[in-house]
Amino acid sequence: MIQLQNISVIFGKNTPLETTVVHNLSLNIQKKEFVTIIGGNGAGKSTLLNTIAGDIIPQNGYILIDNINVTKLPTHKRAQFVSRVFQDPLQGTCAHFTIEENLLLAQQRGEIRSLRLAHQRELIANFQHRLAELNLGLENRLNSQMGMLSGGQRQAVSLVMATLKAPKILLLDEHTAALDPKMAETIMMLTNRIIQEEKITTLMITHSMHQALDFGSRTLLLQQGKIIKDLPADQRKVLTAQDLLEFFG
Amino acid sequence: MVFYITQGTAIVNLIQFLGAIEMGLIFGLIGMAVYLTFRVSDFPDLTVDGSYPLGAAVASVLIINGHNPLLATFIAMLAGGLAGLFTAYLHVRWKILGLLASILTMTALYSINLRIMGRPNIALLGENTLFNNAISPLILLAGIVILVFILLSYLLNTQWGLGLRASGMNSRVSQAYGINVKYMQLYSLGLSNSLVALAGALFAQLNLFADVSMGVGTIINGLAAVIIGETLIKMRGVMFALAACILGAIIYRFAIALALNAQGIGLNAADLNLIASAIVIATLVLPKLKNELLRK
Repeated sequence: MIQLQNISVIFGKNTPLETTVVHNLSLNIQKKEFVTIIGGNGAGKSTLLNTIAGDIIPQNGYILIDNINVTKLPTHKRAQFVSRVFQDPLQGTCAHFTIEENLLLAQQRGEIRSLRLAHQRELIANFQHRLAELNLGLENRLNSQMGMLSGGQRQAVSLVMATLKAPKILLLDEHTAALDPKMAETIMMLTNRIIQEEKITTLMITHSMHQALDFGSRTLLLQQGKIIKDLPADQRKVLTAQDLLEFFG
Repeated sequence: MVFYITQGTAIVNLIQFLGAIEMGLIFGLIGMAVYLTFRVSDFPDLTVDGSYPLGAAVASVLIINGHNPLLATFIAMLAGGLAGLFTAYLHVRWKILGLLASILTMTALYSINLRIMGRPNIALLGENTLFNNAISPLILLAGIVILVFILLSYLLNTQWGLGLRASGMNSRVSQAYGINVKYMQLYSLGLSNSLVALAGALFAQLNLFADVSMGVGTIINGLAAVIIGETLIKMRGVMFALAACILGAIIYRFAIALALNAQGIGLNAADLNLIASAIVIATLVLPKLKNELLRK
């Protein structure tokens, strides 16, 4: 279970530009829950995700992951619990690595990296199996350089990387926003399938009202760093995108 | 062995040929070290201009004081490693721009090297060096370079090495997968500068002297080796890249030996750094020039 208690994030504290981006926010996410977050620009969605990932240390409050206090852990130490897919396909992978090297890197998320050779034959079969599930033909291209792939393909590999070792929580920051509509849909379907199959606790930011309602089991509406609506599955069911829009007034 | 162009005029004689290979091998070490910082860690590290003479200074002083040359070489590597760690520390802990941090260390090392040596140069004539008991100094040197090549190729292909390479490529992803990017910069610069110090220690023992100003242009010569290697060997993979550094360094030293020898051009040994800079500038400018010309 993920618990956020009274989290506040203030940018430029004690300067004329001081802004409170996340405002005394508390949130509990149950195991296997798939939460979608929606909100306008500057609502604090990405900041919230970055705070859970460790990129930002909050000024107030604490974060528990399975009852372990991770509030002050830097990103690289929190990686053992948290994995993420970035919005920009260029950011989520190492462009000069091959697909295989990227997956080898991801295989050891949050583990100690030893002086054993990274390439282990028994891992490769699993990589091919996971890539085959994408139906993009990438399972035969393990030695292709990541930079040669299209944005959608990279995002798909990113997704496999993030879920190669099941995380305690998966963070998706508008990970389909930079893709064309068709590819965005493909990636979203894949994401949903992997999350369901592996039963991964997930927090997904989206700009699309439809995506927010169509996927997951709970939706949060964020405005000015606060959760203004927390909609569980049964309440969400009857809502339309139009209804969501009205909540924001 | 003598190469002739016209009857009677040698373009490179045996001594120059062996000298070029010898310096090529030493600069192969520096090339691999520069590859580690410039290419793997994306850190423009000029510390090497100071850690090269540092290696020579430490090894020479220990040797003239009667210490075992193997131990002297090893301690020289440690000293070089510390210099690299200091640069990385300035950058990682105090957020000083990498380039500036390395220039600060390099400048400080000039004084430190003078202190270590106690005078601007040390002669090792008649001293017991690593190469005294070797059947052939060149073969021993080649052996050391090949050993470093094998160890580095292995290291960069380990789980840890993959993390190191990722950290220089994409720090955001690296952190997201649990790599401490700051530590990786410390390791990379430490390792790189210990290799450069090794090169300095070997140079001093082969040529039987250490000089405080021998480090000028080390980085550019190393970079020239890396760049020439990259244009010769285009295959992907760390092993090829490291091999390219050695090959690039040897070819580079050959080209220089030829240029210095060619009558009519009028180049001499003092022009070395000019040639090195010209090569690096040309490799940086030519691709852009080509693009601009093609666009017209």
